[in-house]
Amino acid sequence: MTAVSMTVNGKARKAHVEPRLLLVHFLREQLNLTGTHVGCDTSQCGACTVLIDGRSVKSCTVFAVQADGSKITTIEGLAANGELHPMQECFWEEHGLQCGFCTPGMIMSAVNLLADNPQPTEDQIREGISGNFCRCTGYQHIVNAIQHAANRSGSAASSSKR
Amino acid sequence: MPTSPVLPKLVGQRVKRREDPRLIQGRATFVDDVKIAGMLHIAFKRSDVAHGRIRSIDTSAAETMEGVEAVFTGAQIADLLGPMPIATPFPSPAHRAVAVDTVRYVGEPVAVVVASDRYVARDAIDAITVDYERLPAVVDPELAMTGKPTVIHPEFPNNLAVPLVPSGTGVTPDGKVDDTAIDRAFKNADVIITQRMVNHRLVPNSIEARGVVAHYEPGKGSMTIWSSTQNPHILRTMIAAMNGLGQDQVRAIAPEVGGGFGSKINIYGEEYVAAAISKHLGTAVKWIEDRSEAFLATTHGRDLIGYVELAARRDGKVLGLKIRLIADVGAYNMLLTAAIPTLAMMMANANYDIPAIRTTLTEVFTNKTSTDAYRGAGRPEASYFIERAMDMLARELKMDPAEVRRKNFIAPNQFPYQTQMGAVYDSGDYEKAMDVALRAADWKGLQAERDAAKAEGRLVGLGLSMYVEVCGIGPSSSLPTGGWEHAQVTIERDGRVSATTGASPHGQGNETTFAQMLADQFGVPMEHITIHHGDTGIVKQGVGTFGSRSQAVGGTTLLMAGAKVKTKMARFAAEMLEASVADLVFENGTIAVKGAPTSAKKFADVAAFAYVPVPLPDGMEPGLSEEAFFEPTNNTYPFGCHISMLEIDRETGEPKLLKFVAVDDAGNLINPLIVEGQIHGGLAQGIGQAMIEEAVYDGSGQLITGSLMDYALPRATDFPRFEVHSTVTPTPVNPLGAKGVGEAGTLGSTPCIVSAAVDALSEFGVTHIDMMLRPEKLWRIIHGARV
Repeated sequence: MTAVSMTVNGKARKAHVEPRLLLVHFLREQLNLTGTHVGCDTSQCGACTVLIDGRSVKSCTVFAVQADGSKITTIEGLAANGELHPMQECFWEEHGLQCGFCTPGMIMSAVNLLADNPQPTEDQIREGISGNFCRCTGYQHIVNAIQHAANRSGSAASSSKR
Repeated sequence: MPTSPVLPKLVGQRVKRREDPRLIQGRATFVDDVKIAGMLHIAFKRSDVAHGRIRSIDTSAAETMEGVEAVFTGAQIADLLGPMPIATPFPSPAHRAVAVDTVRYVGEPVAVVVASDRYVARDAIDAITVDYERLPAVVDPELAMTGKPTVIHPEFPNNLAVPLVPSGTGVTPDGKVDDTAIDRAFKNADVIITQRMVNHRLVPNSIEARGVVAHYEPGKGSMTIWSSTQNPHILRTMIAAMNGLGQDQVRAIAPEVGGGFGSKINIYGEEYVAAAISKHLGTAVKWIEDRSEAFLATTHGRDLIGYVELAARRDGKVLGLKIRLIADVGAYNMLLTAAIPTLAMMMANANYDIPAIRTTLTEVFTNKTSTDAYRGAGRPEASYFIERAMDMLARELKMDPAEVRRKNFIAPNQFPYQTQMGAVYDSGDYEKAMDVALRAADWKGLQAERDAAKAEGRLVGLGLSMYVEVCGIGPSSSLPTGGWEHAQVTIERDGRVSATTGASPHGQGNETTFAQMLADQFGVPMEHITIHHGDTGIVKQGVGTFGSRSQAVGGTTLLMAGAKVKTKMARFAAEMLEASVADLVFENGTIAVKGAPTSAKKFADVAAFAYVPVPLPDGMEPGLSEEAFFEPTNNTYPFGCHISMLEIDRETGEPKLLKFVAVDDAGNLINPLIVEGQIHGGLAQGIGQAMIEEAVYDGSGQLITGSLMDYALPRATDFPRFEVHSTVTPTPVNPLGAKGVGEAGTLGSTPCIVSAAVDALSEFGVTHIDMMLRPEKLWRIIHGARV
């Protein structure tokens, strides 16, 4: 067993884990943060995407011990003070989900995408979420949701400049 | 006098889904999120050979590993479980949940480990060794039909799961065949189109794979089973029957379900095994399928070969159609396996009034994963065969593909239309849907654009296809589970509304659409309504969600239960208001006498009175809770027209979809936003099949597209923006006029894409290309090499 400590959704966490324990299983099984999902075993689907130190990472591809000392945000940590994150709101408004299983990972990737590129083109959005599979939506409403979020933050930014 | 805000009517509105808040915050409960104290974890040892006899299994190393509670071989499981049942009337080989002496496909379970956690269970699986005597495997159904090189089930000679079954013109229900009409049609034809077409095998790939938690409580003698299933009531029935329990002793729960697409209708061996082991050990057990397992162990879709012949006059009028179907069903019959290809027969003529039709169907066992329902289930295959043939006819006659279709449509005044395949189409206006699509896509403009591109040397093509779906499946004569649905509506003491539905959604948004309907029915805010589903402990009866039936059948049932309770509530209100029931209106959270709004009683006050009725009106029972069963008299038949534009790179053969326009007629719509989502999803799966998805087996029976690294599941970058339009032709089959929409997108899209590819490559004389459109295949056509 190896000692790890990390900050998850703003809370300091310490644990002893098997070195082979995947981060996603640490989050799901030991911290009970079951919003992060496992959809494949080859790092393709992106359902397990979380933010590690602000960057989107597939948590099935990282051992818990590799995340030692890092700051992790999962889908449960995205809403702040009881308010949905704008990306969550936009997924809701634009019907960006159906079964919802891919959604937590998709939202985390989308958050990272807009952090890198606040005003992406449609092609850039499609490219930006191409590491996340959705089998239900055909992606169009997901693209709409991310565009909506970009427009909202864009107009918020321009109005705050005034 | 209560004052209430005016509540808008919600049916027909783009209402945001009420399911979403829990899903976007990671607070939903999927089956892998279910934890029970003392729960153990199951893993399956699976065959890595496609066909073989088990000489021996050595489980000794696994049994002694720390954390391993038990190991079961197939023989030991056979002591706990009988062979698995199917729901179709066809003869079927015995199928054990865990193989006892012979394995018949890669992925077939041969042993089960029960351990303290999933990592240990996996380690123990790896420690089991199995010695196989390898047998020849067969993966080509047309070879398998010859009985060579192997017979998979000795009691099924030549591997024929279902020997040749004829259907159509001149075939009587007792199987007598009269060829006069079909022979005459082909004799009188000016042109005959002949083509072998393959509707290839797909892997459903819901992003949540399957999973089950079984919890038998020995003290109570009852079982609770959570499973990622589309139909918990069917699961309950089967689990009870297989485990020697009564249906009253099993509670089945479909928690949040992460997609299904037909693959979670079947009740699987892993579910039976988990239940049996839980009962045997007296403890809760969990099994979660990983993706690599899902590729092998969850049923596949399609895999139907069609030998298609279309006879027509030179003016484009089709006189006759013959289709010889060969279905590769894989190694065993699952719940509905044998029935799926029969739906392709039933829909052979699709939108067209064809005077003579003959189809035959043969189903064949091979050493592959079994097929069963996958979004569309037989209808996309039918649609593909007829639409590709119509396109080939148009090309042969040098007619516009739209005009060939126009010459053959079933006309609006022919509905209800009895087809020669046994279906009765409820309603339709096919020409209108096509005309809307032609206008929306600017068909003439697209043709000019294509011609201009071709003149520049670009390989651009257009595709057009029609489809007719079968949705809202019922009545009971067409479903072994019963073709009805159940609902209960309760007005609680505080005036809130609890409703249960046997339709068990897994992404369809029924909590929203059903609440919209009830809100309108009772004139109360949607926020005051809860829709319960997916739990046989709460939902008394149900059939389930498949065949695009939850709105048309489940939604109708809910409204019927609602109407019953509304009638009763009106009697209580009439008593309170000293008015006649006929004069009451339910609106804005009140019940009032029509034209006298000051008389209004709060909805909640009437509810409270119904539970403490002093005095109790004559002839009435207290309380407000009513249930309904509804069985439609017929299926519904939605339809539509799809148009696509596609370009193929001359240098690389890579196809790129430039444009996709869909016009779908699903009857009346409850929530157009949700309907659009369903259409998009169906299109993605159909376009995925046509362009990139394919389950590929090698000659030895290994699935070589067995992971998401090898199987091309569509990504966001694979699609252009879909342009979606609708026409509305209500169905007379249910009072909602709603037809269903879940599968529609998969029907029109595959022939539409392939026809566009053929059009793009017309200069090379190509008339048909089998899916999927692998660039290598297209490159070989362009560069004159053999395909």
